[in-house]
Amino acid sequence: MFTNKPVIISTGTVGGPMEAKGKIPEAFDLLHDDQWLEQDSFEKAQQLLLEQAIDITVNKSPIEKEQVEFFLGGDLINQITPTTLALKSEDIGYFGLFNACATSTEGLALAALMINNQAANYVMTGTASHNAATERQYRYPTEYGSQKPPTAQWTVTGAGCAIIAQQGSGPVITSATIGKVVDMGLTDPFNMGGAMAPAAVDTIMTHLKERNLSPSYYDLIITGDLGKVGRESSLELLNQKGIHIRKEQYVDCGLSIYKREQPILAGASGTASSAIGIYGYYIDQIRKGNIKKILAVATGALHSPLTVQQKNSIPCIAHAVAIEAGSDKS
Amino acid sequence: MIFFWAFLVGGLICVIGQILMDVFKLTPAHTLTALVVLGAIMDGFNLYEPLIDFAGAGATVPITSFGNSLVHGAMAEAEKHGLIGVVTGMFEVTSSGISAAIIFGVIGAILFKPKG
Amino acid sequence: MNNDKSKTAEEQNYHKLQQKKELKRPVILNCFKAFFVGGFICLIGQVITTFYIYFFDFTEQTAGNPTVATIIFFTMLLTGFGLYDKLGQFAGAGSAVPVTGFGNAVISTAIEHRTEGFILGVGSNMFKLAGSVIVYGVFSAFIIAIIKTLFMKWMG
Repeated sequence: MFTNKPVIISTGTVGGPMEAKGKIPEAFDLLHDDQWLEQDSFEKAQQLLLEQAIDITVNKSPIEKEQVEFFLGGDLINQITPTTLALKSEDIGYFGLFNACATSTEGLALAALMINNQAANYVMTGTASHNAATERQYRYPTEYGSQKPPTAQWTVTGAGCAIIAQQGSGPVITSATIGKVVDMGLTDPFNMGGAMAPAAVDTIMTHLKERNLSPSYYDLIITGDLGKVGRESSLELLNQKGIHIRKEQYVDCGLSIYKREQPILAGASGTASSAIGIYGYYIDQIRKGNIKKILAVATGALHSPLTVQQKNSIPCIAHAVAIEAGSDKS
Repeated sequence: MIFFWAFLVGGLICVIGQILMDVFKLTPAHTLTALVVLGAIMDGFNLYEPLIDFAGAGATVPITSFGNSLVHGAMAEAEKHGLIGVVTGMFEVTSSGISAAIIFGVIGAILFKPKG
Repeated sequence: MNNDKSKTAEEQNYHKLQQKKELKRPVILNCFKAFFVGGFICLIGQVITTFYIYFFDFTEQTAGNPTVATIIFFTMLLTGFGLYDKLGQFAGAGSAVPVTGFGNAVISTAIEHRTEGFILGVGSNMFKLAGSVIVYGVFSAFIIAIIKTLFMKWMG
């Protein structure tokens, strides 16, 4: 519970060419038409995406960059190097995180914790992902002609950041539930949605139980990138455990970002999927007054190409952050 | 006529590969390795050369023919020089595919950037 | 001990649920697509082979070699222009099983790893995907040829 009500005073999102053609281009502050961003490598392009998101977020906020004290973030690339390299030119304390696609809410939760305990005045959190960089690390070279099954997902090329402060105007983080590692023994890296669904269910249930709420308290329960398979699996699992969420109430960023005609198979994924969805689109909806309370649950599949080859199953995690419309605090 | 059989046999070998990938959930690497070994075994039983005579490119183009060529090269050399020929003769017949792949791989890396 | 057992029961339950919810691969459709694309590639291969027999001095036995090289050349173009991965998603084994698949495995990896330089990137990684085909092709041929040679010697 965050009794001091940390405020999200600014957000910034950047996207790539696929996202520009998708369902919610208005959720992006900046869109690129080329996934190289004129860099030498996909990893450098991902780094640039994050740098741009950071700059945009600061520009949209009432504060200067020097006032940001800490940055919490990470990404999917080995040793989260694009995030680290993006921060090397900034004078900000750096907490590197790895929670795969759940990084966005992990960062948000930790930032809220720091602000709530008055450990800092301004904390920024953010993440970026790049389709080609992720494909070449986790799966195959991007020009390789393998046939992906319908459960595979498309990694979002983009970045999203948010600045959290002790006071200011903007949506408020009221509470967060940190998930535990959930592993139901699934091994198919081309079906991450299915692997992550139990983690989402576990965290949602824990959150509702600890806060003594029913699901109808929230206007929307948003998952990061469960995709078609994960969303249906988790809805069914929740039903089995006695939690009934209406279909309209349960949305997934992975299904919101792209149009159906785009070749995304089961949905979007990647750290930027939840970051763009939550920081860009849904928080914007709260600011516009269209919705009041959301529970953002980003999920992550914590495997590596090595663990898959060594025949391990895929451990997953989900963190839930409750965000509600705030009133002007000064 | 051989054009028809090339199409048919080649297509069928690909269907075998597709079943290995979709039903047995093998990765492309596993599937192709299995098919190469299959080609080698078939030549062990002298079954692959007749298939080539019958279906032409339908048998030489799929990756199974690579296994066949390797055994062929090994056997040809073994007949001349005994068992050691198995090792020395293996790539005699079949270097084209690998050389071409390497050469065009380097050329490709020089000329092209990945499109993602 | 009990905790372990109940966890596996819950896992099993979930696995069953996943089986139901998982988007199924369209196996029959995939097989048709593989058949047609694979057959077509072999047909083109036959045209190329015939071309080499008539216009150059190759025989039916030796024309296989330049045919394979030519096909891999075209694979390089398709891969380099970003078309092969779309073909692969459509055709599955239809493009992977003919030697186009082998060529694409090597060439796409080479192109991808250019960012790490030519020696350590392109050179070291080139056979990352295609290596097992060569390794186990050679190894199985070795075993089979040895068995066959010994067998023939034994038969007189």
